[in-house]
Amino acid sequence: MEPALIIEWIIKSVIILLIGVIGTFYGTLFERKVLARIQVRIGPNRAGPAGIFQPVADGIKLIFKEELIPAQADKLMFILAPIITVLPALIIWAVIPWGSQIVIAGREIKLYLADVNIGVLYLTAVASIAVYGIVIAGWSSNNKYALLGGLRSSAQMVSYELALGLSLIGPIMLTGSMSLVDIVEAQSKVWYVIPQFVAFIIFIITGLAEINRSPFDMPEAEQELTAGYHAEYSGMKYALFMMAEYIKMIVISAIAATLFLGGYRLPFIDIPAFLEPLVFFIKILILLYSIVWVRATFPRFRYDRLMAFGWKILLPLSLANVFVTAIILVLKG
Amino acid sequence: MAFPERANAHELIKGLWITFKSMFEKPVTIQYPEVKRPVKARFRGRHVLNRYENGLEKCIGCALCAAACPANAIFVEASENTDDERYAPGERYASTYEINLLRCIYCGFCEDSCPTEAITLEDNYELSFDSRFGAIYTKERLLVPVPENGKPTPQAVQPGIFTRSVPVMADPVD
Repeated sequence: MEPALIIEWIIKSVIILLIGVIGTFYGTLFERKVLARIQVRIGPNRAGPAGIFQPVADGIKLIFKEELIPAQADKLMFILAPIITVLPALIIWAVIPWGSQIVIAGREIKLYLADVNIGVLYLTAVASIAVYGIVIAGWSSNNKYALLGGLRSSAQMVSYELALGLSLIGPIMLTGSMSLVDIVEAQSKVWYVIPQFVAFIIFIITGLAEINRSPFDMPEAEQELTAGYHAEYSGMKYALFMMAEYIKMIVISAIAATLFLGGYRLPFIDIPAFLEPLVFFIKILILLYSIVWVRATFPRFRYDRLMAFGWKILLPLSLANVFVTAIILVLKG
Repeated sequence: MAFPERANAHELIKGLWITFKSMFEKPVTIQYPEVKRPVKARFRGRHVLNRYENGLEKCIGCALCAAACPANAIFVEASENTDDERYAPGERYASTYEINLLRCIYCGFCEDSCPTEAITLEDNYELSFDSRFGAIYTKERLLVPVPENGKPTPQAVQPGIFTRSVPVMADPVD
């Protein structure tokens, strides 16, 4: 392997990590601003112009907070849990393409870290690991609220992951490939949100459930579980959980944009390659906005209804979607 | 099937539309330290001790406010006025006047009981103390500044002018 390739990969990885960190920072500000506007407020505007330094202030505050470990907690697991939560959220980015390729100094640089031929499988596999962090956090805290939050989280993820996985099969069947780059290239004519509208809706709903966002934020329901699985966490460990939550928000938006909204491509027009990350970013931003918008609109589901909705509606619906898509594909030849 | 009982897609979209519309409304936030909302006319904020136009204090040290105070927050000690050192019209003035704002419940009974309208609850609500002693407002902190045409107390005055403690007052308008 040539050394330049390794340097290229390292640079790309650093960029991905930076996106994760900065995305978390400004994800919080974005969410607070949008929520405030929806609630006819102004939102954070004290730290810096229009509050742009608010995330920095929050970060500094969290760094200086006391790192509390409960006396009865399982210390190793307690410390490991936030790391296990944050890592999958970061490494998912490896397969998501944010552009095709650009030429810098006579060298073709592909704007993605890895074009794995089982990209979609990788997504679902890595996304499921995150639930371990949450369950371990809930268990090791030795706190009834945290434990209930962790248990709810695992039950919810198990229920919704099936429908999530099945909703991804639509785009895979239409493309005939599991590589995310192939899927994006196949959407140059028409975005998969049109032929796979049902799958798109199912993906958004189950995606919200997968990342524990409102209205599926059962594992951290403030009113019932105080904070759920991270009730005992403080300081930077808490910050890691928040980071994981926001990175997962961004990742879910990125996956939805890649699989259903044409990724870094615009329909019908060819754009220069260096603009492709920008297009991708705008699509992610719109999806992030909708996630916050949904949070501002809908109240939390009741737990039994959440389960009923997952098993009795979403799962059959996604199965039917796969079935119908397959039949149409076979009939078209 | 029981789920969802009443929610349907139409209702969900209606809800989303309402929240989307509200994004474009003018924020109701008042930027507090910079912008202050005016208080209502009968707002009961921190007390002040008023003065007459000539600078004499209205308080005559009768301690009716202290008697009326349900929280025992007011302490008044009266002393004699002389024409050489006149603080208030009439015989006596409050040589000590203290309100413990940690005890005060801002009921306004002191204001109601005052025969000379000396103590009034004004619109200052920005009260914060860094010690318990800081919460005790003494006469110096409660007295309003001397008006433009007045002189500071104690004043040396001609004998026989300020013999009446309680002034002739019109009915209150507010």
